[in-house]
Amino acid sequence: MTHPVDILLVVVILLNFLVLGTPALRLTIRGAAVQGAILAVLPLLVHRGFGWRVVAIAFATMAIKGLLIPGLLEKAMRDIHIRHEVEPYVGFVPSLFLCAVGTGLAILFAGNLPLAPEHVGTLLVPASLATLLSGFLVLTTRRKAISQVVGYLILENGIFIFGQLLIEAMPFLVEAGVLLDLFVGIFIMGIVINHIRQEFSSLDTELLSELKD
Amino acid sequence: MEIALVLLPLAGAVAAALVPSQRVRPLVVPAVAVLHAALFTTILAGGVSSGRGVWLRLDPLATVILGTVTVLFLLVAFYVPGYLELRPDRDNRIFCAVLLFFLAMTSLLALAQHLGLLWVAMEATTLATAPLLYFNRTARSLEATWKYLMIGSVGVAIALLGSLFLAYSAHLGGGEPSLLFEDLLAGAGSFSRPWLRAAFVLLLVGYGTKMGLAPLHTWKPDAYGEAPGLVGALLAGGMTNCAFLALLRVYRVVNAAGEGAFARELLVFMGLASIGLAAVFVVRQRDIKRMLAYSSVEHVGILVLGIGLGGIGVFGSLLHAINNGLTKGILFLAAGNIHRAYGSKSTDEISGAISRLPISGSLFLVGFFAITGSPPFGPFVSEFTIVNAAIGGGHPVAGTLFLVLLGIVFIGMGSTVLSAVQGRPGTASAGTPYKDDVARTAPILVAAALVLLLGLYLPAPLVTLLEKASAGLEARP
Repeated sequence: MTHPVDILLVVVILLNFLVLGTPALRLTIRGAAVQGAILAVLPLLVHRGFGWRVVAIAFATMAIKGLLIPGLLEKAMRDIHIRHEVEPYVGFVPSLFLCAVGTGLAILFAGNLPLAPEHVGTLLVPASLATLLSGFLVLTTRRKAISQVVGYLILENGIFIFGQLLIEAMPFLVEAGVLLDLFVGIFIMGIVINHIRQEFSSLDTELLSELKD
Repeated sequence: MEIALVLLPLAGAVAAALVPSQRVRPLVVPAVAVLHAALFTTILAGGVSSGRGVWLRLDPLATVILGTVTVLFLLVAFYVPGYLELRPDRDNRIFCAVLLFFLAMTSLLALAQHLGLLWVAMEATTLATAPLLYFNRTARSLEATWKYLMIGSVGVAIALLGSLFLAYSAHLGGGEPSLLFEDLLAGAGSFSRPWLRAAFVLLLVGYGTKMGLAPLHTWKPDAYGEAPGLVGALLAGGMTNCAFLALLRVYRVVNAAGEGAFARELLVFMGLASIGLAAVFVVRQRDIKRMLAYSSVEHVGILVLGIGLGGIGVFGSLLHAINNGLTKGILFLAAGNIHRAYGSKSTDEISGAISRLPISGSLFLVGFFAITGSPPFGPFVSEFTIVNAAIGGGHPVAGTLFLVLLGIVFIGMGSTVLSAVQGRPGTASAGTPYKDDVARTAPILVAAALVLLLGLYLPAPLVTLLEKASAGLEARP
């Protein structure tokens, strides 16, 4: 029988495609939120042991990745009255294609690296790399500042999946620090987005091209 | 005991945020900086906490980098009140608090002996600098802040993945799960090589982005160009050195695992690429702050080049971290004064800076000679050591290329700097009432004196410290 972790990871990979393939900002934010919520459950399933640490991390992840950050982004979206990503630098269909290629490469790459016996055959490494690449794609191919933040969030989700391989080695303090940094980072990005809107009356990062040599 | 170096500036940041008066608040920054420097000296003199399992330790490598940051911050802190006096229109509450938060996080980063903690501190430093860049509240500074934030965050995210790869490499090697550098160094021999190599590449990209190595430097000209001069000094002399330290800590593990040769090849390549790119962009650069940004790209390239060459190059590189840090202090603070006086940072408007601002203009020229490696200043000694490491260590091509590129940068920067300081002041400078005074020039003078001193004489304790810090960073057979 397939491990429940792998089923969740397949959903995570499918969500990458959803986020890359839709112009609706609300859907991309929700996609990233669902992804974050799924990731919050992962530590519980990967480790079986319900130590207080694992539970605390799961709750914190759920709160930050699943609720707080998406809430922040949706609020920003409502304030600005922007609903759609128009004319990304790379179209929706080509970026879906790139995402598929990236996912394939991630699976190939992961197959070539030595793994600890307990991780052989799971999707943790390929899902992590595929999600990372998708996040990077969103970040680099979209014009709207909010979309770029969603890309950063998905990129971080990919790294979070990889972190599941190492939960014994990462002290609680560090893991909490990583989550806090992510939250504060996106909070600051939100503040900057707000200033961009006031300054340019738009969120198109195309307008941010004054500085060059 | 070391944790006090982090907690003191944190408390200072809170204090600065609570001070109600706009005029008194900037004074908190130098006050805390003095206490921080005193504490640093006390800990250094009183012996460093030993024993295993310590998360924060002032080891020789941390002493070199944090020492540089402490001195640079102290000088910048004394410049802060004079600078903010010129900007009474701006609320400086966030600015002062964040400056001290930046000091706390750079201290944490330098002292961190844990792979994860090191990363958390680097990310916090990144976030702390964003409000500093946006101090001027213009569309241009907003653009610079956004680019810095996005590129920096992605870079640091890649460094996190690299750290996890390194941890997994250690996990596969067996042994107890610990990410303290002392444990990583001890167990490095059995690490999984493919993961370790991938980890180093990712960490080089991640921390290299924060250092501003080419081709990951794209945020740098924008950020340094739009930030206030004193923030540029802290970024170019402080943050890049901290990112360099993070890279060194990781490199030491890779070297201990026997993959040093692979890492050194990458470092030499990235180093020369950065110096080469700076040489291309510094020529005909009319914006003096952007010119300094490309000079910073050049010098972080020199830092990793020295490590990549190995041998005495490591010593030269660590010495250069000190020299570069302090010289960037001279250049950015002097450039900031010139910017204020002319209301512009382009050589289209700036000319005759020496007659308009005798002290700042002359110091800008001194900083230029120092940073381009002219004797008798400090950077000459460290760059000469690195050239020696190249020629004497069997890298004649790299050594020659390095010298040629240094020559190009000298000529390129020279034409910009000379056209700014020579001649007669144009009409543009008449409009601003700015005048040089003690508050805004004394810190630059002290920095220049230190850079000159380091060029004339290397104290024996400093040499011993640099030799100790080089341990584990040299090439291993």
